Amino acid sequence: MADSEKILTEKKKTEPLFHITKRSTVTLAQSIGIRAIAIVAALLLCALVTVVLTGDNPLSVFVTVYKGAFGPGRSLVTIHDIAILLCISLAVTPAFRMRFWNTGAEGQTLIGGLATALVMFFWHDTMPTLPLVLLMLAAGVAAGMLWGVVPAVFKAFWNTNETLFTLMMNYVAIQLIEYFLKIGDKSGSNVVGPALLGTGIPNLFGVQYLFNIVVVALLTVVLYVYLNYSKHGYEIQVVGESENTARYIGIDVRKVVIRTMLLSGAICGLSGFLIVGGASHSINASIVGGRGFTAIMVSWLGKFNPISMILTTLLLVFLGRGADEISTQFGLNSSFSNILTGIILFFIIGCEFFIRYQVHLSRGRRAQTADGAKPKETEGK
Amino acid sequence: MSNKIALQLKGISKRFGSIRANHNVDLDLYHGEILAMLGENGSGKTTLMNMIAGIYYPDEGQIFVNGEEAVIRSPKDAFGYRIGMIHQHFKLVDLFSATENIVLGIEDGGKYRLSDAEKKVEEITKRYGFEMDPRKKIYNMSVSEKQTVEILKVLYRNADILILDEPTAVLTPQETQKLFAVLRRMRDDGKSIIIITHKLHEVMAISDRVAVMRRGEHIATVVTAETNESELTEMMVGKKVSLNIDRDEPVGSTDRLDVKNVSCVSAEGVQLLDHISFSARAGEILGIAGIAGSGQRELLEAIAGLQPLTEGEILYHNPKTEATEDLRNKTPQQIRDLGVRLSFVPEDRLGMGLVGNMDIIDNMMLRSYRHGRSVFLDRRQPHELAERIIASLEVVTPNAQTPVRRLSGGNVQKVLVGREIASSPTVLMAAYPVRGLDINSSYMIYNLLNEQKKNGVAVIYVGEDLDVLLELCDRILVICGGRVSGLLDGRTATKEQVGLMMTKIGGGD
Repeated sequence: MADSEKILTEKKKTEPLFHITKRSTVTLAQSIGIRAIAIVAALLLCALVTVVLTGDNPLSVFVTVYKGAFGPGRSLVTIHDIAILLCISLAVTPAFRMRFWNTGAEGQTLIGGLATALVMFFWHDTMPTLPLVLLMLAAGVAAGMLWGVVPAVFKAFWNTNETLFTLMMNYVAIQLIEYFLKIGDKSGSNVVGPALLGTGIPNLFGVQYLFNIVVVALLTVVLYVYLNYSKHGYEIQVVGESENTARYIGIDVRKVVIRTMLLSGAICGLSGFLIVGGASHSINASIVGGRGFTAIMVSWLGKFNPISMILTTLLLVFLGRGADEISTQFGLNSSFSNILTGIILFFIIGCEFFIRYQVHLSRGRRAQTADGAKPKETEGK
Repeated sequence: MSNKIALQLKGISKRFGSIRANHNVDLDLYHGEILAMLGENGSGKTTLMNMIAGIYYPDEGQIFVNGEEAVIRSPKDAFGYRIGMIHQHFKLVDLFSATENIVLGIEDGGKYRLSDAEKKVEEITKRYGFEMDPRKKIYNMSVSEKQTVEILKVLYRNADILILDEPTAVLTPQETQKLFAVLRRMRDDGKSIIIITHKLHEVMAISDRVAVMRRGEHIATVVTAETNESELTEMMVGKKVSLNIDRDEPVGSTDRLDVKNVSCVSAEGVQLLDHISFSARAGEILGIAGIAGSGQRELLEAIAGLQPLTEGEILYHNPKTEATEDLRNKTPQQIRDLGVRLSFVPEDRLGMGLVGNMDIIDNMMLRSYRHGRSVFLDRRQPHELAERIIASLEVVTPNAQTPVRRLSGGNVQKVLVGREIASSPTVLMAAYPVRGLDINSSYMIYNLLNEQKKNGVAVIYVGEDLDVLLELCDRILVICGGRVSGLLDGRTATKEQVGLMMTKIGGGD
C-alpha cells in the first residue's frame, strides 16, 4: 500500500514526457519532409523485418518489388491497374467532399460492369462496334447512376444513413451478378467470358488497355476542374462543410446531394464499363476485387484532390503488385507481402498525425535520459 | 428556512482570457431555502454555479460547505460535498432506462443490482412527488420527464444542495407548476436549492430569496417577500450607461417589411413564435430586445426563408417596382429571385454565415457565386471585394487566402458584415452582431449599421445589451416567450421599461 502511494505521488511530480499541440500552419516543405521521413522509416523497418524473418537480402527484396510493378512487360498492366483504381477513387471523391460517405463504390462499379456485360452478351455479334461500345457505355453509366442515386434520395428525403445504405447495395449488386452467371453460363464455371461476350472495346492504336488509360487521364483533369472551379464543385464544398450555411444562402441541399451521387455513381458505372469492356471481357462477382473499398483510402490519402490521388493510387498499386512478386520469387507465403504492405501503409497513414500535430519533448526529461541516468531513481531522491 | 448556512462563497472571481465572468462574489445559501439567481445574459450566473458544481475552478476566493472550506475540482468532488447541478442541456443515454441513467457512473464498490436501484428511485419519486416510471427508456420520454431523470440523478447521489440552470426554459406552464411543487417539497425536506431563471414572475412564485447578478458581480440578495418586480428589474439592468453611439433622425421612413401575425412551432410542437406583428421601415434601425431564446432567431430565420410558418404573412414592399411580395414559406433562393435584397448576419457566424474552412475569397462568393450563366466560378470579383473589405474594415489577416476560422472573432464578424452590406441590401438583419467583440470592433459595426440606415436600408438589430439598444435603435420591439411584449420609442424608453417587458408581457403596470 505504502509503495503504491509513493509511486502515485512521484507520478504527480513527474513532468509529462511529452505534450502534443496542434500545428497552426504547415508549410508544403514540412508536409513533404514528414512524408519522406515516414516512407524511409517504413522501408527500413521492412528491411529489418525481412532480414529477421526470412534471412533474405532486403535490397534484393526491394528490387523484386520494383520489378514486380515495372519490370519488363509489366508496366502497361501496372499503369492500367493504376488507372482503374484511380477511376473508382475519382468516383467516390465528389461524394466525400460533400461528407457523403459512399461505401458502395464496389457495388456501383459491379452493376455498371454487369450492365455493360449484358449489352455485350445480347448484341456483341449483331451490332457494329461503335454503336455497341456507345450502348455499353450508356448502360454501364446508367446502372452506376441508379445504384448511386437510390441511397442519395433516401438520405436527402428521410435522412437515412448513407454508409450502411450504400454498403448494403454492394451485396445486392453481387447477388445480381451471381444470378446472371447462373442464367448466362450453363456450364457452371461461374464466369461469363469472351466466348459469350465478345471482346468489347477495340484497342486504341493497337495498344492493349490504352483506351482505358486515356479515358481515366482525361477524367482526372475534368474532375479536378469540376471540383475546384465550377459552381457545382463550390456547392458540393459548402454542403459538405456546413449544411446550415448551404441552407442560409439558398442552396437546395437535396438537389446537390442527389446530383453529386448521380455523378459519383456514373463514374463508378464508367469504371465498370472500362473493366468489363476494355480489360477483362468477362464478368464475375470478383472483377472489382475490393477496389471499391481501396478507393476510399486512396481518396482520403489524396485529401480528395484528384491530382494527388494519382500519387496515392500509384503507391498502393505499386506495393500490391510488388508484394505479389516477392511471394512468388522468394517462395514466401503471400502473407509476408501483406506484412510489408501493412508496414508501409501504417507509416504513411500514421505520419498524417505528425503533419497535423507537433510533439514537444519535455526538457528536463530529455536531459536526464541523455545523461543515461534512470529518470525514476533520480527523481525519487 | 433555518438560520444555518449550507453554502458560502467568499470573494469568488473567474476570468476567461480578457473577459471577467465573475468578480469578487460573496453569496450565502441557507438550509431549506430556495434561492433564485437573477441576471441578464452574460451576467455570470451560470459560470458562478459551474464553479460550485466543479465544472470550473475559481481563480480567486473560497467556497465553504457547512462552514468548512471545500475544494471542488470536479463534479465528483461536488457530489462528495453533496452538491449536484442540473444542467440546461441533458446528458442522458437514450437507449437506457431512467434507473440505468441514474446509476450510471456510480462507483460505491457495491454490487450492481438494478432492482435495488429501481426501488431506491421509486422511494425518492414517492417522497418528493415526481411522476416517473423508473423502467421507462429515455427515448420514450418528454422533455420534462428527462429533466426529472436529471434531478433524480442528483438526489440519488444524496445531494443536499441542488442547482438548477434555467429549468423552466424547456417546460410548459403546467409542467413548471409541477416542478415548483416538487421543489417546495424538497425545500421543506431541508434541501437547499438554487434556481437560475430569467423570468421574474417565476422568481416571485418560487423563491425565498433572490440574488441579483450584473456584469459578473453580485449586486444584492433580497428577501422575495420584501421586494417587487420593478425593483428587481432595476437591480438587474442597472443604471443607464452612456455609450455615445451616433443616432440620426430617420428620414422619409416608409414601411419596407410588414410582418403580420407570424407564428411557428418547433419540431417538438413548442410554440416558438406566437402571432408576432410589426413593420420595419426604410431608413431606421428597429431593435429587437428579449431574453435569449424568446424567438429572436426564429423570427429572423422566418423572414430569411429558413423557418416554415404555421400562420401569418411577411410582406415586402419593393422600392423599385412598388410591388408587394409575400415572403411566407419561400426559400432564400425564391426570395432573391423576387428581387428582394435581403441581407442577414446570423447569430452563428461560422456555422451559418460563413464556412470556416474556406478562405475569405470563397466566403465572399457565398451570396454571389451564381451570377452569370457560366458553369465556372468567377473568383476575380470576390477577390476584389475581399481586398476591399480587408482594407476598409481593417480586417487583421495574413491575406485574402486565409481560411476564416483562423481569424479572431471580431475579424470574422467584419468579413461577414462586410459581405452582407456589399450586396447593397434594402433590408439588413443582424443578430447579436457585436457579441464577443471588443469595443473598437463593436463601434465599427454600429457605424456600419448607421451608414446603412442613412442609405435608406431597413435595419433590424437583435441585441442583448440594453444600453446599446437604447442608444442605437429608433424603435425597439420587445418580445417575450415568442410574443410581442411591446413596442417602444428608442429615444424615450428607459432600461426598466424594456427590462420589465422582456420578462413579462406588456411589462405589467
